[in-house]
Amino acid sequence: MSQLIQLSANGQASIVADEWTRVVPPAPAEESVRKQAGKVVLFKLTGELTFTPEQIANTQIPASGKILVPLTVWQARKAELEPRLAAGELGIVLATHETAEALQAEFADLNSLPIIAIFVERFADGRIFTLGAWLRTRFGYKNELRAIGDVLRDQLFFHKRAGFNSFLIRADRSAEDALASLNDFSQPYQGGVADVPVWRRVNRA
Amino acid sequence: MYKYDPIDQQIVNERVAQYRDQTRRYLAGELTDEEFRPLRLQNGLYIQRHAPMLRIAVPYGLLSSKQLRKLADITKKYDRGYGHFSTRQNLQLNWPKLEDTPDILAELATVEMHAIQTSGNCIRNITTDQFAGIAPDEIIDPRAIAEIMRQWSTFHPEFALLPRKFKIAVSGTEKDRAIVQAHDIGLEFYKDTEGQMAIKVWVGGGLGRTPILGTVIREHLEWQHVLSYCEAIIRVYNIHGRRDNIYKARIKILVKALGIEEFKRQVEEEWAHLKDGPLTITQHELDRVAKYFEPMPYKTLPAHDAAFDAAVASNPAFAAWVKRCVHAHRVSGYRAVTLSLKPHGKAPGDITSEQMHVVADLADAYSFGELRSSHEQNLILADVQLSDLFAVWEKARAAGLATPNIGLLTDIICCPGGDFCSLANAKSIPIAEAIQMQFDNLDYLYEIGDLELNISGCMNACGHHHVGHIGILGVDKDGSEWYQVTIGGKQGNDASIGTVIGPSFSAEEMPDVVKRLIEVYVRERQDEERFIDTVRRLGVAPFKAHVYAEKETA
Repeated sequence: MSQLIQLSANGQASIVADEWTRVVPPAPAEESVRKQAGKVVLFKLTGELTFTPEQIANTQIPASGKILVPLTVWQARKAELEPRLAAGELGIVLATHETAEALQAEFADLNSLPIIAIFVERFADGRIFTLGAWLRTRFGYKNELRAIGDVLRDQLFFHKRAGFNSFLIRADRSAEDALASLNDFSQPYQGGVADVPVWRRVNRA
Repeated sequence: MYKYDPIDQQIVNERVAQYRDQTRRYLAGELTDEEFRPLRLQNGLYIQRHAPMLRIAVPYGLLSSKQLRKLADITKKYDRGYGHFSTRQNLQLNWPKLEDTPDILAELATVEMHAIQTSGNCIRNITTDQFAGIAPDEIIDPRAIAEIMRQWSTFHPEFALLPRKFKIAVSGTEKDRAIVQAHDIGLEFYKDTEGQMAIKVWVGGGLGRTPILGTVIREHLEWQHVLSYCEAIIRVYNIHGRRDNIYKARIKILVKALGIEEFKRQVEEEWAHLKDGPLTITQHELDRVAKYFEPMPYKTLPAHDAAFDAAVASNPAFAAWVKRCVHAHRVSGYRAVTLSLKPHGKAPGDITSEQMHVVADLADAYSFGELRSSHEQNLILADVQLSDLFAVWEKARAAGLATPNIGLLTDIICCPGGDFCSLANAKSIPIAEAIQMQFDNLDYLYEIGDLELNISGCMNACGHHHVGHIGILGVDKDGSEWYQVTIGGKQGNDASIGTVIGPSFSAEEMPDVVKRLIEVYVRERQDEERFIDTVRRLGVAPFKAHVYAEKETA
């Protein structure tokens, strides 16, 4: 069973087969555990290194098919990947500590990408919502915007309103069950990427 | 006060259903502790020492008598017959069962209440002055905008998982009573030179481990833009605020790290994209919400009431209560009344279900069926006629709600502390009770005069100890409970953060420490000086010398 939920143009959600293969760099040679005050640090901050040059160089890229490639791998191995982009077989994965500006610097027309995925390592990392909203509103991105990583049903309603239209539910959870959470609220107060605040949406007298 | 329309009601109903299912999945083992944590927190549910704690939202401190009766019934049915008003004007239940919380929320929804975003890393309950709408020094009643902001912040899709909690306060008075400078965003409403409602925006204030007063990020913001401007601030924070260290995750740390100029530059750049967009509040929407906050149908009354004056003259106990617990009102012949939840020797802010019923009855009989909670953890009847004050006093006194100590040393602001809260380093309520008993002498309390004493059981500062004239902070040293004392903190327009006087004390020493601080004040004060004025004039040194005098020779 696929873990991928997709919204159609009219907002209908369904579980669909995933055509995209995610390209993941190999684990770093030595896993450095960062600690602060005795606690393991789980979050990367804006500007931090996503992958080391070795990891990027050693990343295996499938020779054919649709691939989702981390932004840093694209940046380092552009020549090799450009034909794939031209063939409509390449999408980019942005991590939550990477910036929409960095993506824009690579793709003057973001709509040349058929898909952008934002990878959230921890579901509690709310940067994914602002990144999604920015891509949709500020950068005019219109194609598929996918949430991947620690994607759980209790955040889906927010993902959807922040502009995401596909959601790869974490492997150990049921995508079927998650469908229900997309409709937790029928008339939210504030606007989202696709709608205006409730007092502009309906007449509250 | 604001009344729900079908849209508001549907949102809280859908929230109950959503949370009921989340709780079911958690109890069935389908959600881990870590996954359930932000879900339950954003419904006000903490896991505490003895039992969960449920924090119920009282938006900007406004309650109806019907709501208070429901709260009374809930504390009776699901808890131990009492609740605790917090420094965010909310009500906390200390003993509910996790399995019951969906039912409690369902009951709350029947009286237009909820526990949405009373905890967690999201935009929290927006607080304001407990005298909003009736204060003589009020320039703008901020409640309509506060309600519009409550709706905007409720389940905001971008700000559901911020780096850390986010607190907003609004104030529209000359004399700030909402501590806007101690909030992540503080909004100070005023009338600009054109006579239009405008806002001075403060950012990056906060108490907690690193107490910092806010900085003005914008002197003049037209009210129409308050949502877009706040959205710009919180966007910058959501993206750049630290998530790798819980102690450095508040917006105040980001503002300090970037500097206010750079932070402001980023906010203004963001705002340029949002300004004049759909977030711009329309006059129509402001009017729709503002009509719920129109003045009460007041009678035309003379400024004086002969029977009231006679009672004050002949009854010293009543006169003392009037002096401390009755406040000026903008309408002739009316007063606001504070019902003290600080009787000496009881946990500050606690109220029993029976007392809640008494307060609800008083509100119905004498104050248009409404009441308010204050961040000082008391309840307020905002619109009482002068001629009714004596009756209110008698009934409140019979219910233990008329301790005439508002603004005095024993009107202690205090968090639940180590008796209940799993974050606390030390107990706070027993310290408050011991200090109250040390000063259980009203004549002496009056002689000491205005003094704010705030106690927090840990550096999270729920008891606002940094801005207490005397602040007490529970600290942990080698597994035992100690108390650090600060003096010179203050809330208000001239807010300040208190200074630590020296090494910490044991619980037993605390009443004597406060006694000695007061002795120095009484010895050194000039004219009408308040404790805080004397501290500001003399500095910490003479207080420190007297408090530690014997300790050093011993």
